[in-house]
Amino acid sequence: MSAPLMQATGLTLNFGRIRALDDVGISIWPGEVVAIVGESGSGKSTLLRVLSGQAQADAGQVLYDGQDVGAMTEAGRRRLLRAEWGFVHQNPRDGLRMAVSAGGNIGERLMAQGNCHYGNIRKSAASWLQKVEIEVDRLDDLPRTFSGGMQQRLQIARTLVTEPRLIFMDEPTGGLDVSVQARLLDLIRALVAELGLAVLIVTHDIAAARLLAHRIVVMRHGRVVEEGLTDRVLDDPQHPYTQLLVTSVLAA
Amino acid sequence: MTYSYAFLDEATKRMIRRAILKAVAIPGHQVPFGAREMPLPYGWGTGGIQVTASIIGRSDVLKVIDQGADDTTNAVSIRRFFARTAGVATTTHTAEASIIQTRHRIPERVLQPGQIIVYQVPMPEPLSRLEPRVVESTKLHALADYGLMQVRLYEDIARHGRSASAYNHPVMVNGRYLMSPSPIPAFDNPKMDRMPALQLFGAGREKRIYAVPPYTSVKSLDFEDHPFDPIRAPHPCAICGATDSYLDEIVTDDVGGRMFVCSDTDHCEERAP
Repeated sequence: MSAPLMQATGLTLNFGRIRALDDVGISIWPGEVVAIVGESGSGKSTLLRVLSGQAQADAGQVLYDGQDVGAMTEAGRRRLLRAEWGFVHQNPRDGLRMAVSAGGNIGERLMAQGNCHYGNIRKSAASWLQKVEIEVDRLDDLPRTFSGGMQQRLQIARTLVTEPRLIFMDEPTGGLDVSVQARLLDLIRALVAELGLAVLIVTHDIAAARLLAHRIVVMRHGRVVEEGLTDRVLDDPQHPYTQLLVTSVLAA
Repeated sequence: MTYSYAFLDEATKRMIRRAILKAVAIPGHQVPFGAREMPLPYGWGTGGIQVTASIIGRSDVLKVIDQGADDTTNAVSIRRFFARTAGVATTTHTAEASIIQTRHRIPERVLQPGQIIVYQVPMPEPLSRLEPRVVESTKLHALADYGLMQVRLYEDIARHGRSASAYNHPVMVNGRYLMSPSPIPAFDNPKMDRMPALQLFGAGREKRIYAVPPYTSVKSLDFEDHPFDPIRAPHPCAICGATDSYLDEIVTDDVGGRMFVCSDTDHCEERAP
């Protein structure tokens, strides 16, 4: 097996007396979808922020493609964030520019990479809009005229347009109703398979994790309590907390 | 009562000259400076006046224009201000001036080596309307991360079919810094490119000075397939007949009468029969 795309070891981060991350290690290989599950306040989102270089850990190391993310310059980190990484926020308003049209939102990463051809930018914006199942004639509409589910799909298109290698997703289906969630999950699954992306997805939705993820990491109180293949963790949970988590899932 | 030469005290002038030198050394980079209270309100050219006051000497000849005109209130009062406090000669002729302070125009006559043009700048930060956080926009300048500005141009073209900024069209200076040209018409942008004169910009309220040294490349932002294409009213000047100057539209009566005349009054007078 090849080397992991991203590997973190011994991550520790304290917020005052609260231990948000406690000696957390995690690896992700190219083309792999890893879900981080756990209750609110378990440190999932903090871990995502540390891994994507948006927060600095007190101790520990994050390696991306062999490079130490913590030791990178701000310029290097930003280059990664806009070229090789993508971040999908829970609230599309955090990830989209609400005063800029859908086409402009999708084109932003292309333009940030120095693409200066209006026609080409527009063409790839239109094709990405189609890929995320939004009508092409909405290209010049503002995101605030979109429904919640459409905004989230637009955010995904905007993130994937530069074909990054690693995507961080923070509760991408949070705040959406169930049928919209299902469509979005379907879409993410198809795109991930098509593009061979590595995805690190934070969720408290066990069903979403089972649908998308190859591997699951269970977190509690800032610690990784269990880790393994999705079906193994969900069908044969070892840690008492995982057992509780799995049995608390409501069946329809 | 007697004022210091050119109104500002010598320590202030030294501070401003240091900012100017730094600005000239880093073309297009905004240098903060301690703007002083001036005897006229912000928005009336306090930044430009402080720059002019710091560089003006007894042998200088000053021209001040406001929207191209030498005879508007702002231009007249600033010219008189320096005539009184610095005792310099003033002129309305572009060719005779050694320092030209301007609000919102570049003279039509090509500026010569040795001349200095001082722009009054209301808003020095080209990213201000796109990125509200000053800390973040400073960072974007430091990293030359200007995709955001391109997004604005994209939006203009998507909505209006062409770049919609008739004035204050952002420029790239020396291939490195994104710069606001102050609200000059886009028509004047090409004049900034490799201009033989020194260009200084002063923003009094925002407390910033920036500069473009002589013969520096200044490129207006655009797309490859939508090249920068400034607008000029498709008329000749009604007074001098010029077809290559920037025109003002003047309403002459209340039944729709109008005429187009050169915005640069000196240029027009020189040409008029």
